[in-house]
Amino acid sequence: MTQPSARIGVYICHCGTNIAGTVDVAALREYAATLPHVVVARDYKYMCSDPGQELIKTDIAENGLNRVVVAACSPHLHEHTFRSACEEAGLNPYLCHMVNIREHDSWVHTGPAATEKAKDLLRAAVQRVVWNEPLERRQIPIRQSVLVVGGGIAGIHAALTLANAGKKVYLVEREPSIGGHMAMFDKTFPTLDCAACILTPKMTAVKSNPNITLWTYSEVISVEGYVGDFRVQVRRKPRYVIEDLCVGCLECVEACVYKQPKFADEFNLGLSKRKPIYLPFPQAVPQVVLIDPETCIEFKSGKCKKTCVEACGERNAIDFNQKETIETIEVGAIILATGYQTFDASRISYYGYGTYPNVYTALEVERLINASGPTGGELVLRDGRKPRTVGIIHCVGSRDEHTNRWCSRVCCMYSLKLAHLVKERTGAEVYNFYIDMRTPGKGFEEFYNRVAEEGVHFIRGKVADVYPANGDGQLTLKVEDTLLGQVRKIPVDMVILAVGLEPRADATEVRRMFNISCSSEGWFLERHPKLAPVNTFTDGIFLAGCCQGPKDIPDTVAQAGAAAAEAFQLLDLSAIEMEPNTAYVLEGVCSGCKTCVGLCPYNAISFLADKHVAHINEALCKGCGTCVAACPSGSIRQHLFEDEQIFEEVHGIMA
Amino acid sequence: MPETTAPNGQSQAADFEPKIVAFFCNWCTYLAADLAGTSRLRYAPNVRVVRVMCSGRVDPQFVLEAFAQGADGVLIGGCHPGDCHYQEGNYKALRRYHLLRRMLEQMGVEPERFRLEWISASEGERLRAVVNDMVEKVRALGPLRKNAAAQLLEEATVR
Ligand SMILES: Cc1cc2nc3c(=O)[nH]c(=O)nc-3n(C[C@H](O)[C@H](O)[C@H](O)COP(=O)(O)OP(=O)(O)OC[C@H]3O[C@@H](n4cnc5c(N)ncnc54)[C@H](O)[C@@H]3O)c2cc1C
Ligand code: SF4
Ligand code: SF4
Ligand code: FES
Repeated sequence: MTQPSARIGVYICHCGTNIAGTVDVAALREYAATLPHVVVARDYKYMCSDPGQELIKTDIAENGLNRVVVAACSPHLHEHTFRSACEEAGLNPYLCHMVNIREHDSWVHTGPAATEKAKDLLRAAVQRVVWNEPLERRQIPIRQSVLVVGGGIAGIHAALTLANAGKKVYLVEREPSIGGHMAMFDKTFPTLDCAACILTPKMTAVKSNPNITLWTYSEVISVEGYVGDFRVQVRRKPRYVIEDLCVGCLECVEACVYKQPKFADEFNLGLSKRKPIYLPFPQAVPQVVLIDPETCIEFKSGKCKKTCVEACGERNAIDFNQKETIETIEVGAIILATGYQTFDASRISYYGYGTYPNVYTALEVERLINASGPTGGELVLRDGRKPRTVGIIHCVGSRDEHTNRWCSRVCCMYSLKLAHLVKERTGAEVYNFYIDMRTPGKGFEEFYNRVAEEGVHFIRGKVADVYPANGDGQLTLKVEDTLLGQVRKIPVDMVILAVGLEPRADATEVRRMFNISCSSEGWFLERHPKLAPVNTFTDGIFLAGCCQGPKDIPDTVAQAGAAAAEAFQLLDLSAIEMEPNTAYVLEGVCSGCKTCVGLCPYNAISFLADKHVAHINEALCKGCGTCVAACPSGSIRQHLFEDEQIFEEVHGIMA
Repeated sequence: MPETTAPNGQSQAADFEPKIVAFFCNWCTYLAADLAGTSRLRYAPNVRVVRVMCSGRVDPQFVLEAFAQGADGVLIGGCHPGDCHYQEGNYKALRRYHLLRRMLEQMGVEPERFRLEWISASEGERLRAVVNDMVEKVRALGPLRKNAAAQLLEEATVR
């Protein structure tokens, strides 16, 4: 494997002043030129630019280079760029190696130490690259279907975009209906479109699109494979109603032995009641009822008259014996659109949520003012009174180091929306208590001005306490008005808490199942915050909507479109090139000890009984290198991360 | 390498700059170091990173070799338990780490010189803290004792 004839070109990037402002690039170049095998060493303002790449290509041709080292930014950013440049010049791309002297050096260190470190890293790379070998990329075909997880507006939009482009989509939603949070709203800021009017057509389009397989009341339980070829198992929970047979007439609901709804209605956040057999909400998609076995008499005692079955008649859609089923699908790409949950307001005890009945969360109020909500759109308190004064507290659970530190981005705007709607519906005096008014979006500041002109009061200050006023269920809000510089006590009939957005409780489990990372707050982590905002570090898995971070509907839809485009682009390649960093066994050296066999998480290693040696299936190997490090006889090796390459890097660093 | 070691292996802690070889996994700790960079978090310049795909790739020989070549410390960085890009490479790394650590101790290499840390892609701040802390501690210990290194060199070469 030795390469005595290595001819190395070294290219040092200034990255404007990003590197050159800290690292002495001229000294580094001069130093590089003294290293063994280095034929040419250059520095240039922007190596990744066309002229920069051209330098490399020309040198490969004119100086007969057979190895290239680029000292620049992180390989995560530009390894592909420089490998491609080499390839275009006829050099195998894996004979190119990058040295990270920006993220790992010039951006974090100062003074001569930064240049010293750059020299060490460069020397290590030069020594390593001598041992690099030409490698062939593996091509694997890409399955022409996409899994979308979560059927909120993000998942709906992504699924429709792909389906309309002719791709097969599986949309998996945990709840009995798609729609997510948006389906709960009455109007949407800043244009005050009716949420149902703009969402329902998209929901029904999902149901009727022949390219979409919609599985509601379902969850992904396992994911295997990799980009282009994921195997996914989906658990479909029993709804005790056969989806294909139910026509959504609701005659069963009408006929249920419970004459009146009796159980807390989940979709209305417990503000109304439902029967054991129910449709989650009028616009639900699919229009298929379900039975809650926890409250259904037949499930509890087996002695119900089953008037629902009678009412269903020959449609025969009700099936008390339905069992969960597990479906297995194979897809080329996955879009995660699992959304968010709202902050649990009872965590801040001094706001009195759960203690005082007239303290509501914004989501509850969304339901109360919704025409199809528990009160038919009338905003009334639990005792049936119309509130005459309403206080809306912004930033509940957000921007606070005791709860969530981030700004939830939508709360100021939806608080303004609610202020407008409350005033419109009830004529109440509305007070908004805010810390900073955040309205950075198209038409947002204008909306704020409009609401202010409508006579909504704005008080700048963090509400410190909510406590009962003079009977009547009234509550006093105590706040330091930071503009007036005095403490005020304002009595209101109703308090609305603008709860923030946070990662779902099961976000960690979900992301682990899909093998992606999260930010320290728990939001799913994008590959690059600016340049790859919908990609993840796992190829073939994309993000859309609030699972990646708080955002409003316009941004969610834009991001969902972007995720769909990325998935489409991937599928359209029809085959993908895999990094050839797989492991392989030197059969002549393998002692047949079988240490490695059980080690591979992908079952890529088998034992050939006839030859008494281990064998690695390259198509299954993902290149972690765990078996390589474990083999006691040194007979497993890994392309791109050969022992010699790593030893040489260590030697180079320490030389 | 820099002759900061005074005769008899006695170090002058003040101007001794340790050199630490780090093996970072591609998916978590290497990215954490990238993030520290983009966030311009300043930290001690004593660490040199070797990128491997997974902490599970770190062969004990790499660690021994680094010490034998005169590294004052070796840092392995991987994903948090449960977060390994390859599911469980980091558990394998952890198991090897415990064995290796004991062996190194017997050879007279202080435990502070060999660390395994879980640092996720979003923990740039933690990366800085770990590096600074390790550099501090290794600096306080002084250079790796010559005889320990020699013994390691022997060990490492009987591969
Ligand atoms: C009170 C309030 C008012 C708002 N008002 C507005 C407004 O007026 N205008 C505006 O632009 N924005 C508004 N927003 C923001 C808006 O809700 C979000 O931008 C939008 O709903 C994000 O959509 P999503 O699809 O990403 O997430 P979600 O709506 O949360 O949808 C995610 C979906 O995924 C499903 N799911 C979750 N986990 C899984 C899993 N593991 N498997 C399968 N399915 C899963 C969920 O059941 C859900 O259906 C408001 C937010 C709040 C809290
Ligand atoms: S661990 Fe190494 S020697 Fe043992 S079976 Fe696997 S490849 Fe062969
Ligand atoms: S390198 Fe990792 S994925 Fe490949 S065969 Fe070895 S253990 Fe399996
Ligand atoms: S990929 Fe990070 S430890 Fe395995």
